[in-house]
Amino acid sequence: MENKNAHSKPESELEEKDNSRRNFLKQSAFITAVALTPAPAVKAAAMHLDEKIAEAFEKVPVKLEVNGVMHNLSVEPRATLLDILREQIDLTGTKKGCDHGQCGACTVHVDGHRVNSCLTLGVMASGKKITTIEGLAKGEELHPMQEAFLKHDGFQCGYCTPGQIMSAVACIREGHANSETEIREYMSGNICRCGAYPNIVNAIQEVKSGGQIV
Amino acid sequence: MSTINKSMTDNKKQPSSSDGPSRVDGRLKVTGAAKYSAEFAVKGLVYGVLVGSTITKGKIKSIDIKKAEHAPGVLAVITHFNSPKVPGYQVATDPGKPAVKGPVKVFNDDQILYNGQPVALVIADTFERALFAASLVNAQYIAEKHITNLKDNLGKAVATHDDTEYKRGIVDAYKSAPIIVEQEYMLPSEVHNPMELHALIARWDAADKITVWDKTQGVKDTQSNIAKLFHIPVENVQVHSKFVGGAFGSALQVWPHEVAAIIGAKVVKRPVKLVLGRADMFTSVGYRPLTWQKIGIGATAEGRLVGITHHAVGQTSTYEDFAEGPTDISRSLYACPNVNSSNKILGLDVGSPTWMRGPGDATGAFALESALDELSYKLNIDPIELRLKNYAETDPESGKPFSGKNLKDAYKLGAEGIGWKNRKQEAGSVTRDGWLLGYGMSGGVFGADREPATVKATMLADGTLVLQTAVSDIGPGTGTAMVAIASETMGIPAHQIRFDLGDSLYPNAPQQGGSTITSSVGSAVYMACRDLKEKFQQLIGNGGEDKPNYAKILKQHNLTQLQVVTDSKAGAEVDKYAMYSWSVHFVSVLVNPATGVVKLNKVVCVADSGRIISPKTARSQVIGGAVMGIGMALMEEAIFDDRYGRLINNNLADYHVPVSADIPQIEAIFVNKPDININPIGAKGMGEIALIGMAAAVANAVYNATGKRIRNLPITPDKLVDWTALT
Ligand code: FES
Ligand code: FES
Repeated sequence: MENKNAHSKPESELEEKDNSRRNFLKQSAFITAVALTPAPAVKAAAMHLDEKIAEAFEKVPVKLEVNGVMHNLSVEPRATLLDILREQIDLTGTKKGCDHGQCGACTVHVDGHRVNSCLTLGVMASGKKITTIEGLAKGEELHPMQEAFLKHDGFQCGYCTPGQIMSAVACIREGHANSETEIREYMSGNICRCGAYPNIVNAIQEVKSGGQIV
Repeated sequence: MSTINKSMTDNKKQPSSSDGPSRVDGRLKVTGAAKYSAEFAVKGLVYGVLVGSTITKGKIKSIDIKKAEHAPGVLAVITHFNSPKVPGYQVATDPGKPAVKGPVKVFNDDQILYNGQPVALVIADTFERALFAASLVNAQYIAEKHITNLKDNLGKAVATHDDTEYKRGIVDAYKSAPIIVEQEYMLPSEVHNPMELHALIARWDAADKITVWDKTQGVKDTQSNIAKLFHIPVENVQVHSKFVGGAFGSALQVWPHEVAAIIGAKVVKRPVKLVLGRADMFTSVGYRPLTWQKIGIGATAEGRLVGITHHAVGQTSTYEDFAEGPTDISRSLYACPNVNSSNKILGLDVGSPTWMRGPGDATGAFALESALDELSYKLNIDPIELRLKNYAETDPESGKPFSGKNLKDAYKLGAEGIGWKNRKQEAGSVTRDGWLLGYGMSGGVFGADREPATVKATMLADGTLVLQTAVSDIGPGTGTAMVAIASETMGIPAHQIRFDLGDSLYPNAPQQGGSTITSSVGSAVYMACRDLKEKFQQLIGNGGEDKPNYAKILKQHNLTQLQVVTDSKAGAEVDKYAMYSWSVHFVSVLVNPATGVVKLNKVVCVADSGRIISPKTARSQVIGGAVMGIGMALMEEAIFDDRYGRLINNNLADYHVPVSADIPQIEAIFVNKPDININPIGAKGMGEIALIGMAAAVANAVYNATGKRIRNLPITPDKLVDWTALT
């Protein structure tokens, strides 16, 4: 499915953003001039306004297939996959816990592998298939790992949970869930400050031993 | 006082992770549909990023914001030079008196009180642009000499306000006892570090009207605080906080970043989202204060306590006199005729500390329960036996009877669970596969308070019961427990009940802190349901059945709904009884003699906290507290570089919290006897006792394994390795 919108946010919001941009351009007459002649650009650079020039060139097109839906986006190269998911596509199930690859809250699958989306730039994921927590269930039917987390209470506040579940699914797929010790080791990139670890391990063991396809 | 009868109470079987009903909001959490405060797609949203001070103490000389202002997408750069003044900050100062202490007044003046204090807020149309522009803000300071070291400045500590000194019997009576332990303990500063970063979205709806989606443990308190700060009517402040990604005490007050975002939204006339970075989580939303303690404890040769002396000095900031009560635990945990204590604070050039899970008692329990363990070895008496010899049958502090206490059962259940009989009294005497094996135990206690709470209960035409109250749920599963109470009281299945929380529109409920919610809101839910049932009974005349068909009755009487609003609060029982919850933690550890690595072998935690309402979530809460206690024991420590007054490990890679590989299966055991004197549901708090005492249990097990007594946490390998053996 092709999503024609640059964002999945409501139209009204898009308009508002565009409006503010237009207003801004109107106020900054010199920006339009930059496009025509290099002379003001030189002047702008001298005024430490080179950032404004860069603005015209700074967005790049990115194609992200998220949970089976294609998103054609225009993003800044510095935008992380995590922030694009949360702020541009409004998929807030993927969490930000540190933004530095230290907590695992932002774990998603990129082409089937678990990655920290805060350490992945959006442009790096272009053309790839991304699965987030929102894409794990089949409609109303929960993924076995989601069911197991519910049953074994593999969480309290629930904030680390999407990352834990995405990691847990990958942990089994990778073949790293053959013992309790192995599960603990391969789940240690996902911090749970509520301390649900024993329950998480129980949930993963149940799915693993149940032999369901994950 | 009537109580609920429930077979669960008599059930001796302890719950496993899969037992009992799952969380009512669990599905939202496992599908990513639960919305936390920064996750609402508010129309016209823009992004705020804070700039923190790079000095620790002094004044702001100038702030160059030109570059940032001209960066793409930037809407505003706010500093104290251009910020609108927060009306609530403008209190008249009496020149003759010392300045009134209080929270940092963000963007109000040029004072720098701690490293990382917000000096500017950059607002832009995207997060990336705000973040980049924030890096372009250039502040110049006039730095002054700062002090961030507690240990070197203990002599400068001062007594806090009231209740800091305590005396029962003879002062320092322990000194006259035949067997004495006298030791000092250091507890480093620990950081709550909930996984969800503190965040809010602030939107002004009119000049005197505001809506915030905020991470808070108390929507009503946040509401009234914002109203006070901005001089607007309370009802004009809406606070939404439906899901909170952990907090553990860090979201019990309105912090400067919340005020900053509200100021920012006013300036740009757009809703502003502000999410703290993880580094800010270490300095700007509190932490457990670094605390020095000294304990003197003395006993007769038979093991009867003669006296306890307990002194503490805790770190605070220069601008707020925050004090935990670490010495309180020594007054009430054991029957001891002579107890004296003092609780002092030392103001340092740091951000203010705050309440963190098990405040005071977690700190104090580490010292007291370590000292008691040390005493047991000197006496050559089993640590459990020593505790039983000094068991308090009535509250040693007030002399009142306890509302309910089954701590002896807890000792027994825990000892059986861990296999205490396998413990050897001689430290360092057992090895297994080259590792040293040891057992340890420790107790915890926390006051069982009940706060006023109001619940609105509405039976809808389709038979759905809707319960509403303004409590937050930071994770323990409040909604799940409340639905369980309502289901039982009304005689309807849980799936027909909706529990609405986390919104300031709902009737009053206390902050989720101090382990009060099940007792306070649970009692209110019970009473509201009882009132509603009574209303139905009046409708149908007396003699109604126990499980009426509410939908049918409404239809018969041509009603679309039936509603009650019930207030509930503690009564005369507070004067009659001393009220506490207790915990006992048992651990066995393996210590590698070559590397000093400590591995948890087995953990058993017992809670004596009245009736267990929701076994599944209660179990998770106990396990969660144990995990945090293991962190406290073995790894957590916020480390300052005193030269710069700055933390050197303000991130989750360097500040270690337990991960899955550190944590074995943990057995949670409930005494599960209703406390019939405390409230109509017989349940008491559990959040704090789950943590309190855990660190000492680990330290005591490490001693039993190695013969090394570590009194300055955390117990990192370097403190256990025998360096002389290596040279
Ligand atoms: S947010 Fe990505 S690892 Fe923490
Ligand atoms: S459930 Fe709260 S951090 Fe894991």
